[in-house]
Amino acid sequence: MEHSQEFILFLVTLNQMITVSVVLIFAGLAGLFSERSGIFDIGLEGKMLISAFFAAAVSYETGNVWIGMLGGIAASMVFAVIHGVTSITFRGNQLISGVALNFLASGLTVVLGNAWYQKGGQTPALSGAARFHPIELPFADALRDVPLLGPIYADVISGHKPLVYVAFALVPLTWWILFRTRFGLRLRAVGENPASVDTAGISVIRLRFAAVLIAGVLCGMAGAYLSTSQGAAFGREMTAGRGYIALAALIFAKWRPWYLLMATLLFGLLEAISNLFPNIDVFGLFTIPVQFTQALPYILTVVILAGFVGKAVPPRAGGEPYVKER
Amino acid sequence: MGSNAAEGRQATAASSTPPAIELRGISKAFGPVQANKDISLSVRKGAIHGIVGENGAGKSTLMSILYGFYKADAGEIFINGEQVHIHNSQDAIAAGIGMVFQHFKLVENFTVLENVILGAEEGAMLRPSLAKARELLGRLAEEYELSVDPDALIEDLTVGHQQRVEILKALYRKADILILDEPTGVLTPSEADHLFRILRNLRDEGKTIILITHKLREIMEITDTVSVMRRGEMTATVETASTSPEELAELMVGRKVLLQVEKKPAEPRDVVLEIEDLKVTDENGVERLKGISLQVRAGEILGIAGVSGNGQSELLEVLGGYRTASGSIRLNGRALDLSGRHSDGQSRRAAGIAHVPEDRQREGLIMEFAAWENIAFGYHNDPRYNRNALFMDNAALRADTREKMERFDVRPPIPELAARNFSGGNQQKIVLAREIERNPDLLLVGQPTRGVDIGAIEFIHKRIIELRDQGKAILLVSVELEEILSLSDRIAVMFDGRIMGERLPHETDEKELGLLMAGMQNGEAA
Repeated sequence: MEHSQEFILFLVTLNQMITVSVVLIFAGLAGLFSERSGIFDIGLEGKMLISAFFAAAVSYETGNVWIGMLGGIAASMVFAVIHGVTSITFRGNQLISGVALNFLASGLTVVLGNAWYQKGGQTPALSGAARFHPIELPFADALRDVPLLGPIYADVISGHKPLVYVAFALVPLTWWILFRTRFGLRLRAVGENPASVDTAGISVIRLRFAAVLIAGVLCGMAGAYLSTSQGAAFGREMTAGRGYIALAALIFAKWRPWYLLMATLLFGLLEAISNLFPNIDVFGLFTIPVQFTQALPYILTVVILAGFVGKAVPPRAGGEPYVKER
Repeated sequence: MGSNAAEGRQATAASSTPPAIELRGISKAFGPVQANKDISLSVRKGAIHGIVGENGAGKSTLMSILYGFYKADAGEIFINGEQVHIHNSQDAIAAGIGMVFQHFKLVENFTVLENVILGAEEGAMLRPSLAKARELLGRLAEEYELSVDPDALIEDLTVGHQQRVEILKALYRKADILILDEPTGVLTPSEADHLFRILRNLRDEGKTIILITHKLREIMEITDTVSVMRRGEMTATVETASTSPEELAELMVGRKVLLQVEKKPAEPRDVVLEIEDLKVTDENGVERLKGISLQVRAGEILGIAGVSGNGQSELLEVLGGYRTASGSIRLNGRALDLSGRHSDGQSRRAAGIAHVPEDRQREGLIMEFAAWENIAFGYHNDPRYNRNALFMDNAALRADTREKMERFDVRPPIPELAARNFSGGNQQKIVLAREIERNPDLLLVGQPTRGVDIGAIEFIHKRIIELRDQGKAILLVSVELEEILSLSDRIAVMFDGRIMGERLPHETDEKELGLLMAGMQNGEAA
């Protein structure tokens, strides 16, 4: 079945949107767990970066991308524990702790990269089993000829790498955990009014640590995806502010999983457009320069953070260390 | 009425079944402050037991120990005759104790059901717990008049309904003992009546209830037995039926040795401050001042007595310019703006009001700032402190601070020292120096000697009387009856947002004032 060039371009754009949204979904969900428990997490960026580096390095050394991913998650968890100890145990300033971790990740990845691989902070290129490879969903070829839905299934939904499907599956899972389980109820409560949790006889500290560690795991997956799935090596500063964009998406989504998916897809779409159509020609009148299209996700971030898209009410106890009152 | 008689009555109250709660020798100190001193208490099952006392008498500390918020330094707790060790709230809940805090511990954007099950869920999934809670709430609503919409969000509920949710939370956790800390402070009278009906229903079902309050009316109306606390000690436990508000007031306030303050008789002159029908409604829609009318003349000290939380703070805040109100306030005959553009601290100072706030560490000073920086607060525009339109003259400010510190005997007289590094008395002297030296027509003073050592108290009292003798009007708010009695030329007693009455210090005593403070007039509930 032949398709018009516009339709093919449309499919390619959607495909690209999904590919680039995945990092934001992981990071956004990480932020969601953490912030719903009342712990601000500016350090999404740093956790992803350190994970991206270790995922690439461990994959390269072991030749097994799954072990690589575990390495990335472990590195991200170490950062999460540091954030937890400073901001939960010692009631430090959560923003400062997060920013410090971002700086640490930014410096550490380059220093270690140079020391180990002498490639200016890069890790060696990954290939074979040291990378994630696409999965063809069943019947992708058979269904390709079904009008409209067939190509979307075969070319947009099928053919992604495993972590893509994990990320999309995590959205309903997160919703279910948050709104249908005991853990979710307590998590939401501790971010709104930790005193209510404390007087109910539940440990505020343990709950918040659980949330921060979950954020660590998710950031670890985001980082591993960047360097072993979307890319094929670690490059310095390869997260490129996606941690902050994920935070913006989280605010845009009002800390809700499904809204978060929509918000990250919107950012993904903008990024896909800037990747695929660097110069957009407007009715032959003038050309939107590539710099502008590339800046679009960041512009949207600023617009969202400036509060132009409605009032977002963050979890009420967010950012405040819990101190038992009399 | 001595404490022997009270103990005798307590003994006859004991029955053969073990008491629901028994405390033996509970002590708790916070640093040098002994909040609870060797407290023993026994409450029989199925009784409503009241605990009364002034602010800081140690009531809340005692109950926090029972609920596992604090660990007692010494003492034992028995529930239904068995000793229990309560290290945290979980232990207290397991022992069948439920607590309704003065400030509710609810998640505002959760539904009633979600709040009720939080921490007491049936399993990892919410659905069965929610269903069970819904059914139970339905039953409790009928049984105890405890109806609340289970699906309503807490933030949409009235304060009275929120309180019911707190009670439901405790009942869902199978509490047999319910502690309520000042439960009527935030309620309207009809809500309070409803609460009492609920409490009676609960008692009739065999629950034991402890009611912490400072309102004698409530004690007389609803409790079966009552304990009085004073300065960390349990001074008496009696059957409510065999006591009277007068006796309780006396036990509560005690007979204190009056601190003598030398002063001449006042020579009141023109009316400086005239308040008429002042009303304040707070953020939660609760009426805090319900029509206050007062006058203060030049050359006199009007003392406002009352247990804290009865509207005194709001009165000071309105006068100080940081709370809006309705009604009228005239200063030297000129009306003050109570809710418009000119209802701020700056305008009040310009009008001639100086204010020594109740909480010097929060409202009076910035603790991290040096003394000389604190001295400038509210008076930054003083030309003496400014070199030109852009720059302040810090040298002049420091010199002025040093002089003030010397005149007010602030020790050490070092302007560069941060406010935090001064003792409580010296912090208060810094605030007083700032405000008194402005030569105001009206000085507002809230709790001038709270947390201040004896030497400084004497000094502070002397300065206040000096100011009076210079012909200034002074409005003094204090929860210390002793201070009110020794400083004031006239005394007004506030209770529940109203003035209960005015007395002259030499024509009244602590007992009468104590009754007024507890909302009783001539032995009758107000």
